[in-house]
Amino acid sequence: MGWASVPSGPVRFPPQRGKDGTNRKRNLPLKRLLYALPAPAFWLGVWQVCAFLVDRHVNGRGNELLLPYPLSVWNAFVSMAGSGVFWSAVLASLGRIALGLACGTLLGALLAVLTCASRWADRLLSPAIRVVRAAPVASFILLVLLWTGRNRVPAVIAALMVLPVVWGSLSQGIHAVDKKLLELARCCRFSGRKTLCLIYLPSLRPHILSALTTAAGLAWKSGVAAEVLCLPEPSLGQRIYYTKYYLDIPELFAWTAVAVTLSMALEHILRACLARWGRGWTV
Amino acid sequence: MDGLIACKELTVSFGDRAVLNRFSFQIPDRGVIALSGPSGCGKTTLLRVLAGLQPLQGGMVEGGTPQQTALLFQDDRLLPWRTVKQHLTDVLPKSRWQEVPGLLALVELEGEETSLPSALSGGMGRRLALARCLALDARLYLLDEPFAGIDLPRALRILERLKGLPAPVLLVSHEPAVLSAAGTVVELDGPPLHKR
Repeated sequence: MGWASVPSGPVRFPPQRGKDGTNRKRNLPLKRLLYALPAPAFWLGVWQVCAFLVDRHVNGRGNELLLPYPLSVWNAFVSMAGSGVFWSAVLASLGRIALGLACGTLLGALLAVLTCASRWADRLLSPAIRVVRAAPVASFILLVLLWTGRNRVPAVIAALMVLPVVWGSLSQGIHAVDKKLLELARCCRFSGRKTLCLIYLPSLRPHILSALTTAAGLAWKSGVAAEVLCLPEPSLGQRIYYTKYYLDIPELFAWTAVAVTLSMALEHILRACLARWGRGWTV
Repeated sequence: MDGLIACKELTVSFGDRAVLNRFSFQIPDRGVIALSGPSGCGKTTLLRVLAGLQPLQGGMVEGGTPQQTALLFQDDRLLPWRTVKQHLTDVLPKSRWQEVPGLLALVELEGEETSLPSALSGGMGRRLALARCLALDARLYLLDEPFAGIDLPRALRILERLKGLPAPVLLVSHEPAVLSAAGTVVELDGPPLHKR
Protein backbone atom coordinates (compact mmCIF):
# COMPACT_ATOMS: atom_id res chain seq x y z
CA MET A 1 0.00 0.00 0.00
CA GLY A 2 1.43 3.38 -0.85
CA TRP A 3 0.08 6.40 0.97
CA ALA A 4 0.49 10.08 0.02
CA SER A 5 1.38 12.68 2.64
CA VAL A 6 -1.09 15.06 4.23
CA PRO A 7 -0.38 18.38 5.98
CA SER A 8 -0.73 18.06 9.72
CA GLY A 9 -2.36 20.71 11.91
CA PRO A 10 -4.03 21.37 15.25
CA VAL A 11 -7.69 20.66 15.94
CA ARG A 12 -9.76 23.60 14.70
CA PHE A 13 -13.34 24.38 15.46
CA PRO A 14 -15.28 27.03 13.52
CA PRO A 15 -15.65 30.28 15.54
CA GLN A 16 -19.02 30.63 17.24
CA ARG A 17 -20.97 33.52 15.74
CA GLY A 18 -24.13 35.26 16.85
CA LYS A 19 -27.18 35.86 14.66
CA ASP A 20 -25.70 39.17 13.51
CA GLY A 21 -22.52 37.39 12.40
CA THR A 22 -20.29 38.90 15.12
CA ASN A 23 -17.91 36.73 17.09
CA ARG A 24 -19.73 35.68 20.24
CA LYS A 25 -16.43 35.28 22.11
CA ARG A 26 -15.97 39.08 22.20
CA ASN A 27 -18.95 39.50 24.53
CA LEU A 28 -17.85 36.67 26.79
CA PRO A 29 -16.01 38.66 29.54
CA LEU A 30 -18.98 41.03 29.93
CA LYS A 31 -21.42 38.09 30.06
CA ARG A 32 -19.24 36.31 32.62
CA LEU A 33 -19.15 39.45 34.74
CA LEU A 34 -22.93 39.81 34.56
CA TYR A 35 -23.34 36.19 35.63
CA ALA A 36 -20.76 36.44 38.41
CA LEU A 37 -21.75 39.77 39.99
CA PRO A 38 -25.32 39.23 41.31
CA ALA A 39 -24.44 36.59 43.96
CA PRO A 40 -21.60 38.54 45.68
CA ALA A 41 -23.66 41.75 45.42
CA PHE A 42 -26.60 40.01 47.10
CA TRP A 43 -24.48 38.68 49.99
CA LEU A 44 -22.77 42.05 50.44
CA GLY A 45 -26.23 43.55 50.72
CA VAL A 46 -27.25 40.93 53.32
CA TRP A 47 -24.05 41.67 55.27
CA GLN A 48 -24.70 45.42 55.17
CA VAL A 49 -28.29 44.96 56.40
CA CYS A 50 -27.21 42.59 59.21
CA ALA A 51 -24.44 44.98 60.31
CA PHE A 52 -26.98 47.82 60.33
CA LEU A 53 -29.39 45.78 62.49
CA VAL A 54 -26.59 44.92 64.93
CA ASP A 55 -25.55 48.58 64.98
CA ARG A 56 -29.08 49.60 66.02
CA HIS A 57 -29.09 47.20 68.98
CA VAL A 58 -25.66 47.99 70.45
CA ASN A 59 -23.98 51.21 71.44
CA GLY A 60 -20.50 52.60 70.83
CA ARG A 61 -17.93 50.22 69.28
CA GLY A 62 -20.06 47.15 70.04
CA ASN A 63 -20.96 46.90 66.38
CA GLU A 64 -17.27 46.73 65.43
CA LEU A 65 -16.81 43.82 67.86
CA LEU A 66 -19.75 41.73 66.66
CA LEU A 67 -20.35 42.38 62.97
CA PRO A 68 -18.48 45.25 61.28
CA TYR A 69 -19.81 47.03 58.18
CA PRO A 70 -18.35 45.94 54.82
CA LEU A 71 -16.86 49.44 54.47
CA SER A 72 -14.99 49.11 57.81
CA VAL A 73 -13.54 45.81 56.61
CA TRP A 74 -12.53 47.39 53.30
CA ASN A 75 -10.81 50.25 55.16
CA ALA A 76 -9.00 47.75 57.38
CA PHE A 77 -7.89 45.85 54.27
CA VAL A 78 -6.62 49.02 52.55
CA SER A 79 -4.57 50.02 55.60
CA MET A 80 -3.19 46.45 55.91
CA ALA A 81 -2.34 46.17 52.22
CA GLY A 82 -0.21 49.30 52.44
CA SER A 83 2.20 47.71 54.91
CA GLY A 84 5.12 45.41 54.18
CA VAL A 85 3.98 43.04 56.96
CA PHE A 86 0.86 42.19 54.97
CA TRP A 87 2.76 41.14 51.86
CA SER A 88 5.41 39.20 53.74
CA ALA A 89 2.69 37.36 55.71
CA VAL A 90 0.68 36.60 52.56
CA LEU A 91 3.70 35.41 50.55
CA ALA A 92 5.07 33.29 53.39
CA SER A 93 1.69 31.59 53.96
CA LEU A 94 1.16 31.11 50.24
CA GLY A 95 4.60 29.50 49.93
CA ARG A 96 4.09 27.16 52.90
CA ILE A 97 0.62 26.06 51.85
CA ALA A 98 1.53 25.66 48.16
CA LEU A 99 4.50 23.52 49.21
CA GLY A 100 2.25 21.40 51.42
CA LEU A 101 -0.31 21.08 48.62
CA ALA A 102 2.36 20.03 46.11
CA CYS A 103 3.95 17.48 48.47
CA GLY A 104 0.58 16.08 49.56
CA THR A 105 -0.61 15.79 45.95
CA LEU A 106 2.57 14.08 44.80
CA LEU A 107 2.62 11.66 47.71
CA GLY A 108 -1.13 10.99 47.40
CA ALA A 109 -0.74 10.24 43.67
CA LEU A 110 2.23 7.92 44.26
CA LEU A 111 0.37 6.06 47.01
CA ALA A 112 -2.71 5.75 44.76
CA VAL A 113 -0.60 4.15 42.02
CA LEU A 114 1.07 1.87 44.57
CA THR A 115 -2.13 0.74 46.29
CA CYS A 116 -3.86 0.14 42.94
CA ALA A 117 -0.90 -1.79 41.56
CA SER A 118 -0.25 -4.02 44.56
CA ARG A 119 -2.80 -5.75 46.77
CA TRP A 120 -0.27 -6.00 49.58
CA ALA A 121 0.53 -2.30 49.42
CA ASP A 122 -3.22 -1.63 49.50
CA ARG A 123 -3.70 -3.83 52.59
CA LEU A 124 -0.77 -2.20 54.33
CA LEU A 125 -1.25 1.46 53.44
CA SER A 126 -5.00 1.99 53.01
CA PRO A 127 -5.83 1.71 56.75
CA ALA A 128 -3.07 4.17 57.64
CA ILE A 129 -4.29 6.71 55.05
CA ARG A 130 -7.87 6.30 56.30
CA VAL A 131 -6.67 7.00 59.86
CA VAL A 132 -4.96 10.19 58.65
CA ARG A 133 -8.21 11.19 56.90
CA ALA A 134 -10.33 10.62 60.00
CA ALA A 135 -8.01 12.02 62.68
CA PRO A 136 -8.75 15.57 63.95
CA VAL A 137 -6.50 18.18 62.36
CA ALA A 138 -5.83 19.80 65.77
CA SER A 139 -4.22 16.58 67.05
CA PHE A 140 -1.90 16.50 64.06
CA ILE A 141 -1.03 20.17 64.46
CA LEU A 142 0.03 19.65 68.08
CA LEU A 143 1.95 16.46 67.31
CA VAL A 144 3.79 17.96 64.33
CA LEU A 145 4.55 21.04 66.45
CA LEU A 146 6.22 18.77 69.01
CA TRP A 147 8.14 16.84 66.36
CA THR A 148 9.30 19.69 64.08
CA GLY A 149 9.86 23.44 64.18
CA ARG A 150 6.78 25.67 64.16
CA ASN A 151 7.67 27.09 60.74
CA ARG A 152 7.29 23.64 59.18
CA VAL A 153 3.94 22.77 60.75
CA PRO A 154 1.58 24.51 58.22
CA ALA A 155 3.21 22.83 55.20
CA VAL A 156 3.26 19.41 56.88
CA ILE A 157 -0.36 19.75 58.00
CA ALA A 158 -1.51 20.94 54.56
CA ALA A 159 0.27 17.94 52.97
CA LEU A 160 -1.27 15.53 55.51
CA MET A 161 -4.78 16.86 54.86
CA VAL A 162 -4.33 16.83 51.06
CA LEU A 163 -2.79 13.35 50.81
CA PRO A 164 -5.89 11.24 51.66
CA VAL A 165 -8.12 13.34 49.39
CA VAL A 166 -5.81 12.94 46.40
CA TRP A 167 -5.19 9.28 47.20
CA GLY A 168 -8.93 8.52 47.47
CA SER A 169 -9.90 10.34 44.30
CA LEU A 170 -7.05 8.96 42.17
CA SER A 171 -7.48 5.39 43.47
CA GLN A 172 -11.13 5.59 42.48
CA GLY A 173 -10.12 7.02 39.09
CA ILE A 174 -7.51 4.32 38.43
CA HIS A 175 -10.04 1.58 39.23
CA ALA A 176 -12.58 3.27 36.93
CA VAL A 177 -10.29 3.42 33.86
CA ASP A 178 -12.10 1.63 31.03
CA LYS A 179 -10.73 -1.94 30.89
CA LYS A 180 -11.73 -2.12 27.23
CA LEU A 181 -9.37 0.76 26.44
CA LEU A 182 -6.57 -1.00 28.32
CA GLU A 183 -7.29 -4.12 26.25
CA LEU A 184 -7.12 -1.94 23.14
CA ALA A 185 -3.75 -0.56 24.29
CA ARG A 186 -2.51 -4.13 24.64
CA CYS A 187 -3.74 -5.05 21.16
CA CYS A 188 -2.26 -1.89 19.65
CA ARG A 189 1.03 -2.76 21.37
CA PHE A 190 1.24 0.59 23.18
CA SER A 191 4.29 1.09 25.38
CA GLY A 192 3.77 1.79 29.09
CA ARG A 193 4.42 5.49 28.51
CA LYS A 194 1.93 5.62 25.64
CA THR A 195 -0.73 3.82 27.71
CA LEU A 196 -0.13 6.31 30.54
CA CYS A 197 -0.32 9.38 28.27
CA LEU A 198 -3.13 8.23 25.96
CA ILE A 199 -5.38 6.30 28.31
CA TYR A 200 -4.63 6.71 32.01
CA LEU A 201 -3.96 10.47 32.21
CA PRO A 202 -6.93 11.59 30.04
CA SER A 203 -9.23 9.15 31.89
CA LEU A 204 -7.97 10.41 35.25
CA ARG A 205 -8.22 14.08 34.34
CA PRO A 206 -11.66 14.69 35.93
CA HIS A 207 -10.51 12.87 39.07
CA ILE A 208 -7.27 14.90 39.23
CA LEU A 209 -9.22 18.13 38.73
CA SER A 210 -11.76 17.28 41.42
CA ALA A 211 -9.03 16.11 43.83
CA LEU A 212 -6.89 19.20 43.32
CA THR A 213 -9.72 21.70 43.73
CA THR A 214 -10.92 19.99 46.93
CA ALA A 215 -7.34 19.64 48.15
CA ALA A 216 -6.51 23.32 47.51
CA GLY A 217 -9.37 24.47 49.75
CA LEU A 218 -8.47 21.92 52.41
CA ALA A 219 -4.78 22.91 52.32
CA TRP A 220 -5.72 26.53 52.99
CA LYS A 221 -8.12 25.73 55.81
CA SER A 222 -5.73 23.37 57.59
CA GLY A 223 -2.60 25.41 56.81
CA VAL A 224 -4.05 28.64 58.22
CA ALA A 225 -5.42 26.75 61.26
CA ALA A 226 -1.90 25.40 61.87
CA GLU A 227 -0.49 28.93 61.55
CA VAL A 228 -3.01 30.26 64.09
CA LEU A 229 -1.98 27.56 66.59
CA CYS A 230 1.78 27.58 65.92
CA LEU A 231 2.34 31.26 65.02
CA PRO A 232 5.17 30.90 62.50
CA GLU A 233 6.84 34.21 61.60
CA PRO A 234 5.60 35.86 59.34
CA SER A 235 2.25 34.30 58.50
CA LEU A 236 -1.37 35.02 57.73
CA GLY A 237 -2.44 32.81 60.64
CA GLN A 238 -0.28 34.80 63.05
CA ARG A 239 -1.99 38.02 61.90
CA ILE A 240 -5.39 36.39 62.39
CA TYR A 241 -4.32 35.36 65.93
CA TYR A 242 -3.33 38.96 66.72
CA THR A 243 -6.73 40.26 65.57
CA LYS A 244 -8.30 37.97 68.18
CA TYR A 245 -5.76 39.20 70.78
CA TYR A 246 -6.56 42.87 70.11
CA LEU A 247 -10.24 42.24 69.29
CA ASP A 248 -9.74 43.90 65.89
CA ILE A 249 -12.73 42.29 64.18
CA PRO A 250 -12.67 44.35 60.94
CA GLU A 251 -9.07 43.21 60.47
CA LEU A 252 -10.09 39.59 61.22
CA PHE A 253 -12.70 39.87 58.47
CA ALA A 254 -10.12 41.42 56.13
CA TRP A 255 -7.56 38.64 56.77
CA THR A 256 -10.28 36.03 56.29
CA ALA A 257 -11.25 37.63 52.98
CA VAL A 258 -7.58 37.58 51.94
CA ALA A 259 -7.33 33.86 52.83
CA VAL A 260 -10.53 33.08 50.89
CA THR A 261 -9.37 35.10 47.88
CA LEU A 262 -5.97 33.38 47.87
CA SER A 263 -7.60 29.95 48.15
CA MET A 264 -9.92 30.70 45.25
CA ALA A 265 -7.06 32.13 43.18
CA LEU A 266 -4.96 29.02 43.83
CA GLU A 267 -7.88 26.80 42.82
CA HIS A 268 -8.41 28.86 39.65
CA ILE A 269 -4.71 28.67 38.73
CA LEU A 270 -4.71 24.89 39.27
CA ARG A 271 -7.79 24.48 37.08
CA ALA A 272 -6.24 26.62 34.32
CA CYS A 273 -2.95 24.69 34.50
CA LEU A 274 -4.75 21.37 34.32
CA ALA A 275 -6.83 22.50 31.33
CA ARG A 276 -3.63 23.47 29.54
CA TRP A 277 -1.89 20.29 30.60
CA GLY A 278 -4.78 18.20 29.25
CA ARG A 279 -4.56 19.88 25.87
CA GLY A 280 -0.82 19.36 25.71
CA TRP A 281 -0.69 15.59 26.31
CA THR A 282 1.40 14.04 23.57
CA VAL A 283 3.46 10.92 23.14
CA MET B 1 -5.60 -24.35 0.96
CA ASP B 2 -1.95 -23.71 1.95
CA GLY B 3 -2.28 -22.27 5.47
CA LEU B 4 -0.23 -19.49 6.99
CA ILE B 5 -1.85 -19.97 10.36
CA ALA B 6 -3.39 -23.26 11.44
CA CYS B 7 -5.87 -23.59 14.28
CA LYS B 8 -5.83 -27.13 15.60
CA GLU B 9 -8.67 -28.49 17.70
CA LEU B 10 -9.33 -25.23 19.51
CA THR B 11 -11.53 -25.64 22.55
CA VAL B 12 -12.94 -22.76 24.57
CA SER B 13 -15.71 -23.04 27.13
CA PHE B 14 -17.39 -20.59 29.45
CA GLY B 15 -18.50 -22.63 32.45
CA ASP B 16 -20.21 -25.74 31.13
CA ARG B 17 -20.89 -24.27 27.70
CA ALA B 18 -18.33 -25.13 25.02
CA VAL B 19 -18.20 -22.23 22.58
CA LEU B 20 -15.48 -23.73 20.43
CA ASN B 21 -15.26 -27.51 20.52
CA ARG B 22 -12.17 -29.03 18.85
CA PHE B 23 -12.35 -26.42 16.13
CA SER B 24 -9.77 -26.79 13.34
CA PHE B 25 -9.22 -24.31 10.60
CA GLN B 26 -6.49 -22.95 8.29
CA ILE B 27 -6.00 -19.36 7.26
CA PRO B 28 -4.39 -18.78 3.84
CA ASP B 29 -1.55 -16.25 3.45
CA ARG B 30 -3.74 -13.68 1.61
CA GLY B 31 -7.35 -12.77 0.92
CA VAL B 32 -10.51 -12.20 2.89
CA ILE B 33 -12.09 -15.01 4.87
CA ALA B 34 -15.53 -14.30 6.31
CA LEU B 35 -16.84 -16.02 9.42
CA SER B 36 -20.59 -16.31 9.68
CA GLY B 37 -23.02 -17.99 11.98
CA PRO B 38 -25.69 -17.30 14.59
CA SER B 39 -24.95 -15.25 17.71
CA GLY B 40 -23.04 -17.12 20.38
CA CYS B 41 -21.53 -19.68 18.01
CA GLY B 42 -17.98 -18.53 18.81
CA LYS B 43 -17.02 -16.10 16.04
CA THR B 44 -15.80 -13.35 18.36
CA THR B 45 -14.23 -15.93 20.68
CA LEU B 46 -12.23 -17.33 17.75
CA LEU B 47 -10.93 -13.85 16.88
CA ARG B 48 -10.01 -13.22 20.54
CA VAL B 49 -8.20 -16.55 20.71
CA LEU B 50 -6.14 -15.64 17.64
CA ALA B 51 -5.41 -12.19 19.14
CA GLY B 52 -4.23 -13.83 22.37
CA LEU B 53 -6.98 -12.29 24.49
CA GLN B 54 -8.85 -15.52 25.21
CA PRO B 55 -7.10 -18.47 26.86
CA LEU B 56 -7.65 -21.88 25.31
CA GLN B 57 -8.84 -24.95 27.19
CA GLY B 58 -7.46 -27.16 24.45
CA GLY B 59 -5.84 -27.12 21.02
CA MET B 60 -3.21 -24.83 19.60
CA VAL B 61 -2.55 -22.12 17.01
CA GLU B 62 0.40 -22.77 14.72
CA GLY B 63 2.24 -20.46 12.37
CA GLY B 64 1.57 -17.15 14.06
CA THR B 65 1.71 -15.36 17.38
CA PRO B 66 -0.83 -12.96 18.90
CA GLN B 67 1.76 -10.17 18.52
CA GLN B 68 1.50 -10.58 14.73
CA THR B 69 -2.26 -10.00 14.65
CA ALA B 70 -4.35 -6.82 14.58
CA LEU B 71 -7.83 -7.02 16.06
CA LEU B 72 -10.79 -4.76 15.34
CA PHE B 73 -13.09 -5.09 18.35
CA GLN B 74 -16.86 -5.42 18.04
CA ASP B 75 -17.12 -1.94 19.63
CA ASP B 76 -15.13 0.99 18.23
CA ARG B 77 -13.05 1.78 21.37
CA LEU B 78 -12.11 5.22 20.08
CA LEU B 79 -10.35 7.66 22.39
CA PRO B 80 -12.66 10.69 22.80
CA TRP B 81 -9.65 13.00 23.37
CA ARG B 82 -7.75 12.05 20.17
CA THR B 83 -8.44 13.31 16.66
CA VAL B 84 -8.92 11.06 13.65
CA LYS B 85 -5.33 11.60 12.54
CA GLN B 86 -3.98 11.07 16.04
CA HIS B 87 -5.80 7.73 16.27
CA LEU B 88 -3.67 6.57 13.37
CA THR B 89 -0.38 8.21 14.32
CA ASP B 90 -0.75 6.72 17.80
CA VAL B 91 -0.41 3.21 16.39
CA LEU B 92 1.93 3.96 13.50
CA PRO B 93 5.67 4.44 14.04
CA LYS B 94 6.84 7.93 13.05
CA SER B 95 8.53 6.57 9.93
CA ARG B 96 5.10 5.45 8.62
CA TRP B 97 3.09 8.61 9.38
CA GLN B 98 2.97 9.37 5.65
CA GLU B 99 0.62 6.38 5.34
CA VAL B 100 -2.18 8.21 7.21
CA PRO B 101 -3.88 9.70 4.08
CA GLY B 102 -3.80 6.33 2.33
CA LEU B 103 -5.38 4.62 5.32
CA LEU B 104 -8.06 7.31 5.51
CA ALA B 105 -8.69 6.93 1.78
CA LEU B 106 -9.00 3.15 2.21
CA VAL B 107 -11.90 3.62 4.65
CA GLU B 108 -13.23 6.75 2.84
CA LEU B 109 -12.61 9.11 5.73
CA GLU B 110 -10.58 11.77 3.94
CA GLY B 111 -10.94 15.36 5.17
CA GLU B 112 -11.72 14.31 8.76
CA GLU B 113 -8.12 14.37 10.03
CA THR B 114 -8.76 16.99 12.71
CA SER B 115 -12.19 15.78 13.83
CA LEU B 116 -12.72 14.30 17.26
CA PRO B 117 -14.73 11.05 17.58
CA SER B 118 -17.65 13.03 19.05
CA ALA B 119 -17.99 14.80 15.69
CA LEU B 120 -18.16 11.53 13.73
CA SER B 121 -21.27 9.51 12.92
CA GLY B 122 -21.52 5.87 14.02
CA GLY B 123 -20.41 4.60 10.62
CA MET B 124 -17.52 7.07 10.44
CA GLY B 125 -16.38 6.01 13.90
CA ARG B 126 -16.46 2.39 12.77
CA ARG B 127 -14.38 3.24 9.71
CA LEU B 128 -11.86 5.08 11.90
CA ALA B 129 -11.59 2.03 14.18
CA LEU B 130 -11.05 -0.09 11.05
CA ALA B 131 -8.36 2.27 9.74
CA ARG B 132 -6.59 2.18 13.12
CA CYS B 133 -6.62 -1.62 13.05
CA LEU B 134 -5.27 -1.70 9.49
CA ALA B 135 -2.51 0.76 10.48
CA LEU B 136 -1.01 -1.90 12.71
CA ASP B 137 1.80 -3.87 11.17
CA ALA B 138 0.27 -7.35 11.25
CA ARG B 139 0.46 -10.72 9.52
CA LEU B 140 -3.24 -11.35 10.16
CA TYR B 141 -6.10 -8.86 10.45
CA LEU B 142 -9.03 -9.95 12.63
CA LEU B 143 -12.09 -7.80 12.04
CA ASP B 144 -15.16 -8.28 14.22
CA GLU B 145 -18.16 -6.91 12.30
CA PRO B 146 -16.10 -4.22 10.54
CA PHE B 147 -19.03 -2.91 8.51
CA ALA B 148 -21.58 -2.47 11.31
CA GLY B 149 -23.31 0.87 10.72
CA ILE B 150 -21.65 1.36 7.32
CA ASP B 151 -23.84 1.58 4.21
CA LEU B 152 -23.62 -1.49 1.99
CA PRO B 153 -22.14 0.06 -1.21
CA ARG B 154 -19.35 1.64 0.84
CA ALA B 155 -18.82 -1.58 2.82
CA LEU B 156 -18.41 -3.52 -0.44
CA ARG B 157 -15.95 -0.94 -1.81
CA ILE B 158 -13.86 -1.15 1.39
CA LEU B 159 -14.05 -4.96 1.27
CA GLU B 160 -12.61 -4.94 -2.26
CA ARG B 161 -9.69 -2.85 -0.98
CA LEU B 162 -9.14 -5.24 1.93
CA LYS B 163 -8.62 -8.02 -0.60
CA GLY B 164 -5.52 -6.17 -1.80
CA LEU B 165 -3.85 -6.13 1.63
CA PRO B 166 -0.56 -8.00 1.89
CA ALA B 167 -1.87 -10.02 4.87
CA PRO B 168 -4.98 -12.20 5.22
CA VAL B 169 -8.16 -10.74 6.71
CA LEU B 170 -10.48 -12.82 8.88
CA LEU B 171 -13.75 -10.97 9.33
CA VAL B 172 -17.04 -11.60 11.06
CA SER B 173 -20.19 -10.49 9.29
CA HIS B 174 -23.90 -11.21 9.21
CA GLU B 175 -24.47 -9.27 5.98
CA PRO B 176 -25.21 -11.68 3.08
CA ALA B 177 -23.80 -9.26 0.47
CA VAL B 178 -20.52 -8.99 2.39
CA LEU B 179 -20.35 -12.76 2.82
CA SER B 180 -20.88 -13.36 -0.89
CA ALA B 181 -18.24 -10.74 -1.77
CA ALA B 182 -15.65 -12.30 0.56
CA GLY B 183 -13.22 -14.78 -0.97
CA THR B 184 -14.00 -17.60 1.44
CA VAL B 185 -16.85 -18.04 3.88
CA VAL B 186 -16.58 -20.20 6.98
CA GLU B 187 -19.86 -20.94 8.68
CA LEU B 188 -19.74 -21.55 12.38
CA ASP B 189 -22.91 -23.23 13.42
CA GLY B 190 -21.53 -24.83 16.52
CA PRO B 191 -19.87 -28.20 15.98
CA PRO B 192 -19.73 -29.84 13.48
CA LEU B 193 -18.07 -27.18 11.32
CA HIS B 194 -19.36 -26.54 7.81
CA LYS B 195 -17.24 -24.87 5.16
CA ARG B 196 -18.31 -23.77 1.76
